Amino acid sequence: MSEKLTKDELARLVAKDIAPGSFVNLGIGQPTLVSNYLTAEQDVTLHTENGMLGMGPQAQGDEIDEDLINAGKIPVTELPGASYFHHADSFAMMRGGHLDVCVLGAFQVSATGDLANWHTGAPDAIPAVGGAMDLATGAKDVYVMMSLFTKDGKSKLVPECTYPLTGVNCVTRVYTNEAVFLISEDGVRVRETFGTTIEELQSKMDVKLLPAE
Amino acid sequence: MLTIAKSAQDAVAEIHDGATVLIGGFGNAGQPMELIDALLACGAKDLTVVNNNAGQADAGLALLIKERKVKKIICSFPRQSDSWHFDAAYRAGEIELELVPQGNLAERIRAAGAGIGGFFTPTGYGTMLAEGKETRVIDGKGYVLESPIYADFALIKALKSDKTGNLVYRKTARNFGPIMAAAAKHTIVQVNEIVETGELDPEVIVTPGIYVDTVVKIDGKAPAVTEHEVNQ
Repeated sequence: MSEKLTKDELARLVAKDIAPGSFVNLGIGQPTLVSNYLTAEQDVTLHTENGMLGMGPQAQGDEIDEDLINAGKIPVTELPGASYFHHADSFAMMRGGHLDVCVLGAFQVSATGDLANWHTGAPDAIPAVGGAMDLATGAKDVYVMMSLFTKDGKSKLVPECTYPLTGVNCVTRVYTNEAVFLISEDGVRVRETFGTTIEELQSKMDVKLLPAE
Repeated sequence: MLTIAKSAQDAVAEIHDGATVLIGGFGNAGQPMELIDALLACGAKDLTVVNNNAGQADAGLALLIKERKVKKIICSFPRQSDSWHFDAAYRAGEIELELVPQGNLAERIRAAGAGIGGFFTPTGYGTMLAEGKETRVIDGKGYVLESPIYADFALIKALKSDKTGNLVYRKTARNFGPIMAAAAKHTIVQVNEIVETGELDPEVIVTPGIYVDTVVKIDGKAPAVTEHEVNQ
């Protein structure tokens, strides 16, 4: 592809990569966009950690019900086949490895799949973790969606995270506007690039990049 | 033996200074607003409160914090766009915060109700929230030892109770209700409706009455009931 991806194009790409029949949790923020591109044929069931499987689209107008919200506290709808359960069950489902994919945003991801997405570590910041650490350790596959570079040009895929960690060795794929990276025991492999080349990326990144297989 | 209280004030009257109180709700869904208002009115102070959040806007838990009735809060997500009363108390050093990952918070509450003395969880391993805690590598994976959260009281909200204290909930307002009901010495529940014993189908009861001590009916707007709902 010749251009860097927009957030919607990236969401479409992530959606396309989710296997049919998967149980999926989409994190708050950019990952939520993925739901717009899941197709009925994929038959993906969405989990929200405040206690629901089979979450439907955001509620509109008369559908809004204060007892039916997602983890971002946004009113949502229920689809046929939906189920409700309490918080301990919801996180047991996650921790127990029953979810196939979790898609999260990130401040930084390390070359070994460490994730930093909950706290900048700034001394005056009030920390809030929510379900971030549970999501990072729970799903079979943890995908991150983020821009590859900060506004001042620093790579967010780094040899070692400098922000406080959310989870250790948990991220398996990193979807960015410039490339998709696969993280395995071999290292960081570039699956595809958008509007750039692996050589150009390598010149701006400290992480050793392996070519696509 | 279930007590059916005449008012929210009567329901919370035994809550004393220094009590640990589990408060249900995720955001406003399932938050027992009227019980919290009654707790504020009864004047109990130096409370330790356990909730997912630390109050929103100018209602419920946020007001307890505003009035400095809460000495310590155990929660997963205190910082929100409308958590100004918590933010002010925290920055003034007037509230202690124990930050717990959400799933660990839920499991610690569940463990208390289930008689579990502690458990090893992978969540938080290798992070600053596990600092100072015992860790163990089991089959090559790192775990952190977490302990149960016991409480003197639980304040929760359910859709209906029967006169035995059996509860059913509504949609995502269920959230922490069932595990908090089991974890407290004294569980107080506000419901939209109290029905005769025998009217709830035993197959759909979520919280058995053994966990419930006091219920109070709160008149409020009836929730929209969908055809998906089991509504015996």
